[in-house]
Amino acid sequence: MIEVKGLVKTYGNKRAVDGITFTVKRGEILGFLGPNGAGKSTTMKMITGFIRPDAGTATVGGIDVAVDPVGVKRQLGYLPESAPAYPEMTVEEFLRFIAEIRGFRATSEKHARVEHVLGLTHLASVRAQTIETLSKGYKQRVGFAQALIHNPPALVLDEPTDGLDPNQKNEVRTLIRSMAAEKAVILSTHILEEVEAICTRVIIIASGRIVADETPSALRARQPGARLDEIFRALTT
Amino acid sequence: MSQIRPLFKREFLGYFRSPVAYVFLIAFLLISVSLAFSRYGNFFKAGTASLETYFLFFPWLFMFIVPAVGMRLWSEEKRSGTVELLFTLPVTTLEAVLGKFLAGWAFLTLAVLLSFPMALTVAFLGDPDWGIIASTYLGAILMAGAYLGVCALTSALTKNQVISFVLSLAACAMLVFLGLSSFTTTLESFLPVGIADVVSNFSFVTHFDAFTKGIVDPKDVAFFLSLIGFTLFLNVVALER
Repeated sequence: MIEVKGLVKTYGNKRAVDGITFTVKRGEILGFLGPNGAGKSTTMKMITGFIRPDAGTATVGGIDVAVDPVGVKRQLGYLPESAPAYPEMTVEEFLRFIAEIRGFRATSEKHARVEHVLGLTHLASVRAQTIETLSKGYKQRVGFAQALIHNPPALVLDEPTDGLDPNQKNEVRTLIRSMAAEKAVILSTHILEEVEAICTRVIIIASGRIVADETPSALRARQPGARLDEIFRALTT
Repeated sequence: MSQIRPLFKREFLGYFRSPVAYVFLIAFLLISVSLAFSRYGNFFKAGTASLETYFLFFPWLFMFIVPAVGMRLWSEEKRSGTVELLFTLPVTTLEAVLGKFLAGWAFLTLAVLLSFPMALTVAFLGDPDWGIIASTYLGAILMAGAYLGVCALTSALTKNQVISFVLSLAACAMLVFLGLSSFTTTLESFLPVGIADVVSNFSFVTHFDAFTKGIVDPKDVAFFLSLIGFTLFLNVVALER
């Protein structure tokens, strides 16, 4: 579903992403791991067509993002880091806007979509509140709702559980797992347990390169008995 | 292009979701009307049933007030990070640029049209030439679009709204001053008259004046429309860079 080949992005004289290659099939949840500044967000931004790679290709559902960016954007649900949204809009207004721009123009259809994601992400209680008045957890859920509204075949989530309390984290993980069967999901995270909890595969990147690409159990088997963060540290330093 | 509609709607209603719209509309009407009645405008002393003294100040007023509308168009999105959301939705850069620009233009048009009670006042006091009033409104709306095109462009260049405002102000001021007689005389003193003429032709004042006299010259309409087109094109380029 999502195919990335030799992606490169350079900022100034720093290679943020240095030849990253991987594929994600339907039904897979790929955990994207790495220290801050390793190139996780940059890679995701290139897949979603927000920034252009200096070299390499990214395709989603067989469409090259450099050739038909809008075609790729139609198939993707994307939760950018820190879930940006228009602060002066209410949750409902915002989701209606997203639904409209995602092509659900008929009032009934738009309404059904918005109600569906409001239910999925437990936002019904704050639907009439403006987004600027929401707490971080709710804002994150608005971003999540926005990414799910068109039931996309591919999901790219940049730190979906960032800023959530343990209960909310658990809820989001359950939600991701419940949808994963028919979707290709990439999620980035700092939390190693999260990878074990929901990911079917894990990629660790450091300084823009992939240093591990395997199942969470294979990662654990690298150093039997060691804690995950020790393995992580050994790979990324 | 069907994507322009939701973008337009969000942006246009966005003005009214914050106090921006109300502050802007009230300030605009208050300043424009008081300028007309002031001793510089001489609305009453002029003794004619026309809006000429009212619209006289529009190029100057727009110079300050359009950047206030335009500066947020892109700077705000860049600062708050929503630009990443916007450009990962299935819209092209051109659609986004057009949706935002048209929303801003519609808002400015609303502001200009809200001055219509001035026209009614004139009609009550005398017998104005409605043709001139209509052409003046057309000119004011076109000029507002051209100002906004410039401001949208400068807004796309920075995520800092203050820089955006100052840049817009400078660019708009240039486009106004080019047409002042004192400025053109200075130009003519060291440039051939032909070139000085070309330069002063880029002034908003020169092109707007004809409208206030009831002349709708296709050349003036083309000037404003092509300036809008050109700035929007640069706007797309600036965002895609």
